Amino acid sequence: MNLKAVGIVYRKEFTEWVRDRRTLISTVLVPLFLFPLMMVGFSALAVVMVGKAEKETPKIMILGGEDSPQLIANIKKLESLEIVPYAANWKDEISNKDIRAAVEIPKGFEKSLETGQSETVKIYFYDGEIKSSFGANRLEKFLKDYRDTVVKDRLAAKHLPASVLSPFSIKQENVAPPEKVSGATFGSFIGYTVIILCMTGAMYPAIDLTAGEKERGTMETILSSPISRMDLVMGKFFLVFSASLATAILSVISMGTSFAILGHTHLMNTSGGQTLALNLGLLSVTSVFVMALPLSFLFSAVLMTVALFAKSYKEAQSYLTPMTFLIVIPAVASMMPGVELTPKLALIPILNTSLVCKEIISGTYHWNSIVLIFASTCVYAGAALFLAFKTFQRESVLFRS
Amino acid sequence: MIEARGLSKRFRDKKGGEIRAVDNVSFRCEPGRIYGLLGANGAGKTTTLRILATILEPTDGTAVVCGHDVVEQPEKVRANVGFLSTATALYPRLTAQELVEYFGRLNGLNEATLKKRIDEIFARLDMNGFRDRRCDKLSTGMKQKTSIARTLVHDPPVMIFDEPTLGLDIMTARTITTFIRECRDREKTVIFSTHIMSEVEKLCDVIGIIHDGKLLTEGTLAELRERYAEQDLEEIFVKVVGPLQAKAEALTV
Repeated sequence: MNLKAVGIVYRKEFTEWVRDRRTLISTVLVPLFLFPLMMVGFSALAVVMVGKAEKETPKIMILGGEDSPQLIANIKKLESLEIVPYAANWKDEISNKDIRAAVEIPKGFEKSLETGQSETVKIYFYDGEIKSSFGANRLEKFLKDYRDTVVKDRLAAKHLPASVLSPFSIKQENVAPPEKVSGATFGSFIGYTVIILCMTGAMYPAIDLTAGEKERGTMETILSSPISRMDLVMGKFFLVFSASLATAILSVISMGTSFAILGHTHLMNTSGGQTLALNLGLLSVTSVFVMALPLSFLFSAVLMTVALFAKSYKEAQSYLTPMTFLIVIPAVASMMPGVELTPKLALIPILNTSLVCKEIISGTYHWNSIVLIFASTCVYAGAALFLAFKTFQRESVLFRS
Repeated sequence: MIEARGLSKRFRDKKGGEIRAVDNVSFRCEPGRIYGLLGANGAGKTTTLRILATILEPTDGTAVVCGHDVVEQPEKVRANVGFLSTATALYPRLTAQELVEYFGRLNGLNEATLKKRIDEIFARLDMNGFRDRRCDKLSTGMKQKTSIARTLVHDPPVMIFDEPTLGLDIMTARTITTFIRECRDREKTVIFSTHIMSEVEKLCDVIGIIHDGKLLTEGTLAELRERYAEQDLEEIFVKVVGPLQAKAEALTV
């Protein structure tokens, strides 16, 4: 390999690359703004939406209960609910969001309470609709409190203490540090996003430098120069690799910044009031980047090889778009609950990097796995580059008509 | 000098059959002379020239260009060749000067020599007015001049032109034919393919007629006129290719 020739090709490809507006979008703008938009934007939006839903006084309809005046009166007293008159099409009203929920009081409910018979009070709501769930939850809370009062009254009537019903209490205590909890929550998502961005960063230049060159008619021009095919492939490959790395670096920086901003704005408060502290220190950010290196290398070589088979930019896009799914599947698999890093999974490209990123972000460093993943991905990347080099030597591919 | 020795190139077609694009072609081009490869579309001209420029590898036979074998030393061959065709486009996002510099560097020129060569070529081809303009903003004539500058930057002793005037307007085509003549005057070995008879008559010292991958006849224009008892090159071409064409058509019917 002639490094000087590789450098000449790289410099020329770099000049053309930075002059292309599409590059700016895929390599710089997407990774820089995707994270803040997704993390800060969505979190802020979610907080606003949930807050808005919580502030609303849900409209509730009572079904039946004419013979249970005390319960009805108690429900009507609640300020957190707005009771609307009964309508026969109450199901449609819930579906159409005219009311949020309905409560069905069984016939003879209060009489059954007196006789000690157990009845079921049904709450109807629209699952998946947050405002409807809030309405149903408020109703359920009221009914549970009401039930507790009934139980207490019954126990008091029999001169029994309340502890009869709960001889002991159970409490779950978390021993994981907050950053580990947050790491487990966001780690796989971060790994997934970095992987996807490494690929999207490499995709455009990989097409432009292969199928794009064929389409523009410059392939024959460069092949008539004295540069060897190997040096040409290497020069092109390093540019695609640089683009992929640039995207990875920018996405990691953007990710760190996004979480720093989120930490300050307390948008990530859990329901228990505990802030999800995501400790994205220099070590974890650097480690994620180092693990993304061989994967970027692999993506660059594979995408270049596949795109070279195409005669035009459009054809290359039609080959590479389905490949995105091949990459997304293992990346998404790592986000599934219970999927943990094992020696076998450490050999599956993409999935292994995604899993190890999850562990790194939660502060766990299994060095054996890290070395195995890094080495195996390097081997795959080397094989992919060799394939790219061989493909560049095939006349049937270069001059496909 | 170029010497083709029994060059053959076979391709596989989509049905798995074999296409003989070039079939046992041998010829010789001398420095200071223009060899014209004349043939219809699909006759095998482009494939022959691509083999000589080492863009394609021959299936059988070989060729020697400036003392270097096209199969054994393809990079050395390319360093001695300037290849121009309508298919050799320019990089759209580079300026005319950056493009010529790029090919100069790939040909191993140092920066001082490169600058001198570029100044000289740009002045000769009257390119200074658009040297900093991007190639995608150039007119067809400017693009052709830039392509010529690209092939000339390393001052190669062999020039290969594959239908260089195809689809060009008269004035741009004239720039190319003038350039080809200049190459001959500078004692370069020139091989030139076309299907335009008038270009061959005006430019070529030796003419080879190629059909169906085979070199059917070759000689100077005077020799061909005498051999086929015809003055007009088109008539000579028809006499050489016509019987084979008729035979092929009869077989397909």
